[in-house]
Parts: sequence; structure tokens; C-alpha cells
Amino acid sequence: MDTMPAPTPSFTDKFYANLRQLPNGERIKSCLQCGMCSSVCPFGFVMDYPPSRMVAALRADIFDRVVKTDTVWMCISCYACTEVCPARIPLTAVLMSRAKEELLLAGKVPAELQIALENSQRYGNVLGQSPRKRADWAKGIRPPVAVMGKDKKETDVLWFVGDYASYHPRVQLTTRALARILDALGVDFGILGADEVSDGDSQRLAGERGLFETLAEKNGQALRKYKFNRILTTDPHAYNALKNEYPALGISYPVQHHTQFLAERLDQLKPLLKQPAKVTVAFHDPCYLGRANNVYEEPRALLKAIPGLELVEMSHNHATGLCCGGGGGGMWMEGFHWEKAHARTSEWRVREAVAAGADTLAVACPYEPPRFEDAAKGIKEAIGLAVADVAKLLADSMVVE
Amino acid sequence: MNIVVTVKLVPDLVEELVINASGTALDMTATRLKLNECDDHAIEQAVLLQERGAGQVTIIAPDVEGVDDALYTAAAKGTVRLIKLTRRWDSASNHALARVFANAVEVLQLRPELILTGVQAHNDLDGTVGPILAEHLGMPYVGYVSSVKISGSDQVTVRKEYPGGLLAEMQVTLPAVLGIQAADKPPRYVPISKIRQTMKTATIETFPAAELEPGGAVAVSRMFQPEIGARATMLEGDADQVGARLIEIFKEQSVL
Repeated sequence: MDTMPAPTPSFTDKFYANLRQLPNGERIKSCLQCGMCSSVCPFGFVMDYPPSRMVAALRADIFDRVVKTDTVWMCISCYACTEVCPARIPLTAVLMSRAKEELLLAGKVPAELQIALENSQRYGNVLGQSPRKRADWAKGIRPPVAVMGKDKKETDVLWFVGDYASYHPRVQLTTRALARILDALGVDFGILGADEVSDGDSQRLAGERGLFETLAEKNGQALRKYKFNRILTTDPHAYNALKNEYPALGISYPVQHHTQFLAERLDQLKPLLKQPAKVTVAFHDPCYLGRANNVYEEPRALLKAIPGLELVEMSHNHATGLCCGGGGGGMWMEGFHWEKAHARTSEWRVREAVAAGADTLAVACPYEPPRFEDAAKGIKEAIGLAVADVAKLLADSMVVE
Repeated sequence: MNIVVTVKLVPDLVEELVINASGTALDMTATRLKLNECDDHAIEQAVLLQERGAGQVTIIAPDVEGVDDALYTAAAKGTVRLIKLTRRWDSASNHALARVFANAVEVLQLRPELILTGVQAHNDLDGTVGPILAEHLGMPYVGYVSSVKISGSDQVTVRKEYPGGLLAEMQVTLPAVLGIQAADKPPRYVPISKIRQTMKTATIETFPAAELEPGGAVAVSRMFQPEIGARATMLEGDADQVGARLIEIFKEQSVL
């Protein structure tokens, strides 16, 4: 009997085979085509191929058509699709990120994203700031924030600060607030200073896997130089990278988000919270704290500990939380997203906060204060809505004798 | 067609600039270098021409800190020959650099039909590299070029930008040196995986640079940070204080 010559694998065949080798990638086979992913996707309405249609394109052997479109870049890696998928397909981490990687390799990169990626390559931060100035946020803080290598080699808590928390003037308010809280709690901590580079997680989810690995290696080299018991970070993206992605690269440390770390010390913190705050607060669940890592109650417990503070919930809360629009590279594609969608999820979110009766939107991710403050400026009913990280609200309520 | 791109690395303005002890130049130990932006466009233009079937691209750069990264990144964009010019490069004027480039082109017998280089750099003190290089090689020079198309076996059509928003399209008979203002398309993004692959496969050749002759360069008597002029008022204080004072001043001046 004649054997048929093996057919040349199509683009789809190669792409699909690669997906199946990635963690839980084989689950794509069990897609029911229920379409829940595409309907829950905040930008599904502008995508040529929202997630379920992407899977259909895989099965129809026409995935080459998907990577010829540019609306894959509308994905903000918010995990909403992954959260609702009954077949537990890793849509965000595997399918969407790999599709973006194909676009990247083909040179189809929005100009804004290219700048952020080039900055990450050259300066180790997406903002294109001087790496030498990474610890400048701590200037003038008393007692001084210890820089590992310079001030000490051993510490209890290694604080991984992150790009926006280090450099963004608005986000530095949160960073300084946490330094004050850590000092008040008597925590022994240090930062990496100029040795730290971007955690790289959002670059990974924007398809730049190689860049993510390069950045992770640099952070790994910096971390290996010192002795410490745990890593602390205010950045859910850094938290996600350190907890779920770095271990596969041989960089494995216990890590906590600041809301987890502080919630564990609530008994010690609570007596310091003496300044009442007459505010009604809605908490925005950051995607990489909530859906990606199931941390929902710690930030709420901290907020409830502030005297006078009333906590309300928005229509989207906990696992249904609505993304600020900054994930998966969205932070660097505001213009591209506006051009495609003429909508900003951050604007929908501040409307939700006001509708819930909140005068303050509490956040727990460095992407959020500038995004939501900016959104509130353009929404009539949201003008005056305050935006503050949980750490900032705690520090404002803290009275230390 | 042989295309040569000469590039230089210039101080990265993201870092603070430090003046050296003698007060006549930058302190190069405190300076980080990066590929000159217009030279990056020259590389992109060369790769675009190569992709359109124009021929072989060779990139030449001084061997300074950061040159390997710049060359491998260029090679990851297209198959190119990479040459770095070795010597001590404390500081080189554009006149000296152009002579060194010309010497390398001749000694290495690169026989370029087309030489592309960035039209300018932020550290040009003594004219730009392109026209001086053209003079040494006896080639014509066209600067402020923002598009290059091959239009014949020994001809290219270039678009040149003039002040006042005027554009000219002209035929240039080769060989020639072109000062690139901007490539046909913005320089592309190169994923790190591609750069890493290139580092494994590409080689950077070295060539000893000729002596740096100072002739034609300017002598710097003093280099300094911008000083506060007599009519400038510096506002001190935090953002709120400065903002409040600014509003007062705008009101005083009837701007608000």
C-alpha cells in the first residue's frame, strides 16, 4: 500500500502545535465554542477575532488570517476570558500572548508599544528613565530607605518596587506612603535600587517573551546577591511575575503583595489608624491581584480598618472586576486603543464608582492612579472622584507618636 | 550593489551629562552611549533597500561601549556585514571620524555604490560626517534625505527635505553619499529573541582604525551647563507653591 507523503504543515498547524506545548495549552482542544470569553471581553466588540473566534480559526486552519489583523492588540490581558472559560483554557497567558508574539515577530507593532519595549530593552524600565535614578523616589525619606549592596546585604523584606512605583510622579505617592507604613511597623526592609529592572510581566503579555526572560534574568542576578526572607511589592504585575513566572526560570522566592503583607499585620497596624476618614470608598480589584491570583479580601480588610471609612462595591467587583485598560501592553497603547474603540475601560470604571455612591476609588496597582484620575477628569459625573492606593489611604489615617 | 552605512554612537541624553575636570568636554566615564538616531534611520533605509533586492549591506562603527548591541540589533533586521573600528576613542571630531571611515572603506576595498549615514547628530561640533566623508572619497553628497529608491543600475531617486516644508525629488548618479534624515519607514522593532539568535550566528569583524588626525576640528575653550540668564526667574518650592506663584505671574502679566 502506498503511503501518502506527509503534508507540509500549515501556519496554523505549527502555531497550534506550539500552543499545545505551553502550560495547559492542550486544553484548547476542549473548547466548547460557547463564546463566553468573547462576550465578557471588554474589547471583544472591536476585535476581528475575539478569543472564541480565534479558537475557531485554529480549527478551521486559517489562523494566518488572525495574525494579519491588528485588533489582537486590543487584548488588555485582563483575565476576564480565562476566568469565565468553562473548559479552563489558558486564553490570556497562552493563546492571546502567543498571537501577539506572532504579530511582534512579523513586525506588526503599534508605534507606542514599540517605544515601551525599546525603553525596556535599553533602560530596564518602560518609561525610558535613567536606570541610575531608579531609587530617586526615596530621596529625603527619613529614616533613609536602605539600598541593598550599598547599605546592607541582608534584610528581612526585599521590596521589589517596580517601574511605575519608582518613576511615575503620581505613583510615587503610593511608594512613599508604603515606606512610611513599613517604618511605622518596624519592618526591616531594603530595595535593589539601580540593580532592579522592570519585572517584564506586561511585556510578556504583550508578546515579548524574550524581553521578559532577559529582564527576569537581570532581576534574578540582582536578587541572588543578597539574603532576605521574602519579597514585597506594590505592583500586582511584579507580584504575578515573581510568584508564577520567575520560578520556571530558576528565580524562586516567597512573594507578597503589599495588601497581603499589611493584612497579616493588621493587629499591629490598626491601633495606628487614628485619623478618621469620612469617605465612601469603592475598591477596584486589579486584574493581576484578583482574577490572576485570587487575592480579593486582604485589600478590603485593610480599608475596613480605617475609622470612618465606608466600603461599597461597584457593579463589577471581585472576579468580575473591570480592567483599568493598562494590562498586556494596554498601558502603552492608549492612542491605538482609542483609535480602534473610541472608548476607555477606565472611563466606564469611574462611572461605576460614582454610581455605587463612592467619592473615593481605592486601588492596589501602580497602573491605576494615573489612569483613573485621568479618566475622571473627562467624565462629568466623576469630576472630584478621588483615586488612591490602599497604602496611601492607610498612611493618611496613620498617626504615629 | 554594495551599500555601506557609517554610524556613530552619541551620548544618551536620558542620563545626566557631566563635564570633565578640564571643563572642555563631557566626562566620558559618566556618559552612556547610544546609536545616533539619524544613523538608526540610515541602517533602516539600507535594510529596506536590501529587502527590495538592492544588494549587500555593510555597517561600520567605532568600537565604543554599546557598539556590539547596536551592531547585533542592526544585523537582526537583515543580513549585513558588521565591522567595528578598533582604537582608543576618547573623543573624535567628525573630521577625524570621517577620515577614519574613508580609510576603512578604501583599505577594506568595500567599493560601495551607496554610502548612507545619519544627516546629523546632537554632538556635531565641526560639521556633519556625511559631506566630509564624501569629499575624502571623491563622491557627491546629498543631505536631509527622507526616502531612497533604486531607479537604475547606477542611479537612485531620493527625496530631500528643504526648510519651509519644501521637498525635492532628485536623481543621484552613483556612487554617492547620502545623509539620511529619515528612512522610508520608521526603524522597526526587533524582538529580543531575534537579537539573541543573531548574536549566536553573526560575527563582528574588527579593523584597526587609522590615526585620529585633529585637522579641521574646532577647539572647545569651555563647555558648561546652561546658566540662568539675567532675565530668568527660577521658582523654588514644591509643585503647589510653584504652581500658585506661576498663576500670580500669569495674572500680573495679564496672560490669565
